[in-house]
Amino acid sequence: MFEILKKSLATGIVTTDYPQGAAEVSDAARGEPDISKATLTDARLGAAACPTSAIAFEPGDRAATLSLDRCAFCGLCAEAALSIRMTNRWQLAALRKEDLKRTVRWGASVADTAGYSTDPKTGVEQIGGHLRSEINRLFGRSLHIREVDAGSCNGCEIEIGGLNSPIYDIERFGIHFAASPRHADMLLVTGPVSRNMELALRKTYDAMPGPKLVVAVGACGCSGGIFGKNYASLGGVDSVLPVDVYIPGCPPNPYALLHGILLAIRT
Amino acid sequence: MPSLQPILDDLSKRFEEQIDEIRAAAPNEIYLHTRMEIIPALCAYFYRKWNGRLAGVFADDAREDDGVFYVYYQFALDRSGGFFIGRIPIADGKPELISLTNAVPAVNWQEREIQDLFGIELIGHPNPRRCALHDDWPQVHPLRKDFDLKTQMAPFIGERHQFRRVEGEGVFQVPVGPVHAGIIEPGHFLFSVAGEPILNLQIRLFYTHKGTEKLFENLPVEHGVTLAESISGDSSFAHATAFCHAVERAAGVEVPQRGRVLRSVCLELERIYNHIADIGAIATDVAFVVANAHAMRLKERVLRVNELLTGNRLLRGMSCLGGIRRDWSAPQILALERMLDELAPEFDSLVALIYGSSSTRERLQTTGFLSPQTALDLGIVGIGGRASGFDHDLRRDYPHDAYDQVKVAVPVYTVGDVFHRMQVRIDEVRESMRLICELVSKLSEGPIRVPIGTIPAGQVALGYVEGWRGEIYHWIRTLPGNRLGRCKIKDPSLQNWPAMSEAVMGNIIPDFPVINKSFNLSYSGTDR
Repeated sequence: MFEILKKSLATGIVTTDYPQGAAEVSDAARGEPDISKATLTDARLGAAACPTSAIAFEPGDRAATLSLDRCAFCGLCAEAALSIRMTNRWQLAALRKEDLKRTVRWGASVADTAGYSTDPKTGVEQIGGHLRSEINRLFGRSLHIREVDAGSCNGCEIEIGGLNSPIYDIERFGIHFAASPRHADMLLVTGPVSRNMELALRKTYDAMPGPKLVVAVGACGCSGGIFGKNYASLGGVDSVLPVDVYIPGCPPNPYALLHGILLAIRT
Repeated sequence: MPSLQPILDDLSKRFEEQIDEIRAAAPNEIYLHTRMEIIPALCAYFYRKWNGRLAGVFADDAREDDGVFYVYYQFALDRSGGFFIGRIPIADGKPELISLTNAVPAVNWQEREIQDLFGIELIGHPNPRRCALHDDWPQVHPLRKDFDLKTQMAPFIGERHQFRRVEGEGVFQVPVGPVHAGIIEPGHFLFSVAGEPILNLQIRLFYTHKGTEKLFENLPVEHGVTLAESISGDSSFAHATAFCHAVERAAGVEVPQRGRVLRSVCLELERIYNHIADIGAIATDVAFVVANAHAMRLKERVLRVNELLTGNRLLRGMSCLGGIRRDWSAPQILALERMLDELAPEFDSLVALIYGSSSTRERLQTTGFLSPQTALDLGIVGIGGRASGFDHDLRRDYPHDAYDQVKVAVPVYTVGDVFHRMQVRIDEVRESMRLICELVSKLSEGPIRVPIGTIPAGQVALGYVEGWRGEIYHWIRTLPGNRLGRCKIKDPSLQNWPAMSEAVMGNIIPDFPVINKSFNLSYSGTDR
């Protein structure tokens, strides 16, 4: 017992001060691909290299759109196309799928890009400040999450599990993972929804008391990812349940998960 | 590597006319084209004469070209370092397959999967019920070529699975899942208990079946690497590498030295972070949460170095056909070495913390016992196998990547309880740290990848990797235009799940989580 305490004291506090402080994400990390300066040729090369078909063209090739909800952040587009660059931007969660589109336009005028400014309303620094009062108001000081793997590869679960580690420590926000959907306010869903999990996912959702939130996690949860829709997969979580927040990533790192979960409460 | 020639000579003498053709796709990958009625004798021959084992059974729909299905029996002869793969034709029309499950229980689920996905009916199987496709699915056979990947089926209104009944005075049943209390993958467990002890455990999986093998047939081969990373998230690198091995074999491409070394280092990093996480989780499941907090802290350090080295915490986006995608600079390698320097004493301290807790040891020792004989009968591989006496590791017995340049020490115990499955992990973490240091010292300047070029059509090739969980196999058949006609994935979990049902016998349900965690099998890797 004494040894256990001694080790704990010697270790000290290891918890990140995110969202008040900065997240420690390596410069080498692959986050949002920047296609804002992509030429038509490069966008074509990037689209061909993309394993999840995340880059699509408008008819007439006047614009190309990158869908972050489909992106696996593999960086193959940036390898194939000189003007596409991988950034380490990871704070990507959004309330609407449209907000996960990044479009580059070509025309007579200078390239006009849309969707690149970080929306101040979703900046996590603001969210952190509002958080306590929001949780107090909505859920009486605590938020309980039920996690459901609806067909995931287990990659997202590794990072979600990390939220319970002393590094990310989600409980400092009054957020807990609940064992039963009956105790949960939020459903955190990973994976493309497999046909074999559809019923269990619906039943879990139905078992939750209202008001309830649904957060779709990862490329597969947001859009079906590389699996898409097929004989065994129904695609993204929103093909089965109404989704409040989408957290892109393959998998999203624990900071991105925190950001998305906090974003869901903020709204 | 010992020569396979004596085995080939003996095989030709023993089976003569019964084997139509012997063909070596690679020096350690020999195909034996034969017929269904020969397989039981061939199987007995490999088991008895060469200490072999049936490491996999899978099918391929070749009706378009050859008018038949083929079923492949992959025998691993660990002492000789060779794979012998029997291939038999199954006529179209009313396809049938004689089951080997009564003799080799390890192929139970694999045979049933063939029945579900190819519509080849099993003859003489002790339990020929649905497996990969649940009972409510319509009569479809997704891996047949005339079934389209994108087929959209109407909502299922079929029947529910009927579990076997366990009856008697005071016996009751406890259903658990597919949605579990923790943050884990979905599966259904039905316990039958009399008082506290478990009398019987029925496991129902394939909840996360998402058409992965079929999807491989619909993707260009380069994109298959990304898909392979999503077979089992905690083994992203191992699965992707096994896939790359298969394609490189078919293409006849050799990965350059530096690429091979970096691959091995990544495989060891994957092993370290998963083993540390499991050691912590085992402690959690017996309520020693402080140890888990330390373990998660250490795991996070490894994940951050993974991110620095590969751009992704789970080592994704690092694998590619013909080598590896990014080279490491001197500062990156320094960061890796510094992390290991700091990790080693921290890990020792974590282990000492767990050893030092008598109540933890008490819960782990003698719990979830899997006898060496049962493990052998069920063909249990990986951690579970090594804790129950199966001395085996592909890195040592069939060296891939840079493992031919280092000596891999393989921990083997015969006690077979939760404690020793944890002990295997503890030993392996230390060995992996040592291996990384040795591998890094072997790094020489040079290319990290070579182009894969045009892959000849009609090739078959077996890729294999000893992942942290056990042996991973990817078997492919190539088509023109760098595409695949078939990609068979075998995660060690598929082989190991039945061990759970044996190991929990006589234990109490509250010990189930820790027994489950001590195997930590992949659901997605099993279900695909």
